[in-house]
Amino acid sequence: MNAERTRLIHPWWLRLTHWLNVVAVCVLALSGWRIYNAAPFYDFVIPNGITLGGWLGGALQWHFAAMWLLVVNGLIYLVANVVTGRLLSKFFPLSPRAFLDDLKAALKGQLTHADPSHYNAVQRAFYLFVIVDSVLLVLSGLVLWKSVQFPLLRELLGGYETARRVHFLAMSALVGFVGIHLVMVALVPRTLLAMIRGR
Amino acid sequence: MNNTKHSRWLVENTDTILKEARREVGRVVEQPSRRAFLKRSLTLGGLSLLSGCALVDEESIETALSKISGLNDKGQGWLFNPNQLAPTYPDSMITRPFPFNAFYAESEIPAVDECGYRLEVSGLVADRKNWSLAELRAMPQTDQVTRHICVEGWSAIGKWGGVPFASFLRRIGADTSARFVGFKCSDDYYTSIDMATAMHPQTLLTLTYDNKPLPPRYGFPMKLRMPTKLGYKNPKHIQAIFVTNTYPGGYWEDQGYNWFGGS
Ligand code: HEM
Repeated sequence: MNAERTRLIHPWWLRLTHWLNVVAVCVLALSGWRIYNAAPFYDFVIPNGITLGGWLGGALQWHFAAMWLLVVNGLIYLVANVVTGRLLSKFFPLSPRAFLDDLKAALKGQLTHADPSHYNAVQRAFYLFVIVDSVLLVLSGLVLWKSVQFPLLRELLGGYETARRVHFLAMSALVGFVGIHLVMVALVPRTLLAMIRGR
Repeated sequence: MNNTKHSRWLVENTDTILKEARREVGRVVEQPSRRAFLKRSLTLGGLSLLSGCALVDEESIETALSKISGLNDKGQGWLFNPNQLAPTYPDSMITRPFPFNAFYAESEIPAVDECGYRLEVSGLVADRKNWSLAELRAMPQTDQVTRHICVEGWSAIGKWGGVPFASFLRRIGADTSARFVGFKCSDDYYTSIDMATAMHPQTLLTLTYDNKPLPPRYGFPMKLRMPTKLGYKNPKHIQAIFVTNTYPGGYWEDQGYNWFGGS
């Protein structure tokens, strides 16, 4: 019982990369909104009051600094997950059937979180989604920043102007993820303790 | 950006734009107040991110961000492939009308006298003679239809013609192992670029737009067109060109825009 309770749920490198990622994502989203406002391509702008940077130049400086944190930290997270075999054991197997079953159960409030070291199918799908979405954000960002140097990537993403929309939509998906993520954490606060202390 | 959309957006946001403009003007007036830039870069809207919190002082954050921007310059120089070409487009894809953009209004475009115009050349070059427009037009010309990308995010396709900048630099005997080429313009704009970009095959000393002499709104008598760089790196109304190893900075770059500013 005691051993069970003190078992490590999240290794130190996972917690470190998770919280560094939170910093990177916040800075990138808030400064990115300011950059979007300089030339919006939808019929809305984001209130400047919730953006970071104060003006376009300041926002760009924050954005082009935090992107390195996101990329380097994200690579460490991915490599460590693959090398330790954690990626396979934590996020797989995953089937559409299991996802739907767990989603139904979750919506009925029947999902138990007895073992916080085990992700159910909804969590698995959700986390894998945001990992893939983050990769898409980085790749589309690369096209915006270096549209000449990466012609293949640029054409795959439909050219410079399309890549702008892809970047924005991938950001929206990520922000949507964070919203749901925070609600879930609030519903099961025990997971937050584990993400801080490791147990 | 789609132009009707752009103008609709302009109409709806006149207020915001005016405010931004006032702030921009304010910035120019109070330049070079690093302190002011700093406050702005830290502002989360109206609130200073760190107000009431003395953990990190604002100046050190601003210094750190500028340092990272400098490191980004180095990284970008290293990443730059001098043979990688920007995509070109058919004439049918040219954006009409091509947008005017500057740090001042269209009514303030400088009037440059064609006959009296002489391009000044200085710095690390063998031949410092001035150039008249006729002499520049007598050099072999080329043209390109490429995408102009603004630091704000929008882009537009245009057609520029003129003298490949590399052949001009060779013609004046420029030291192409020098680090920078700097530009001074008749609208008091100034900027500078790395030598690798200056020698890029698509970098063009532009004399025409859409097969006609470059109109004032696009930089008469001459602009430097680089499809590998953001708009603010493409100086218009060029008055003087100099080759140097001393970092010359730039109008926007000195206020915080990234110096390399391109792909
Ligand atoms: C303040 C904001 C955040 C808090 C409080 C938070 C909290 C947590 C917690 C408690 C867990 C473990 C949940 C569980 O056991 O199922 C977790 C996992 C995770 N979070 Fe967050 N999170 C935040 C922001 C973010 C952001 C911005 C992202 C990415 C864009 C993110 C991506 C993830 C991922 C991918 C996992 C799974 C990690 C793994 O096990 O490999 N989180 N988060």
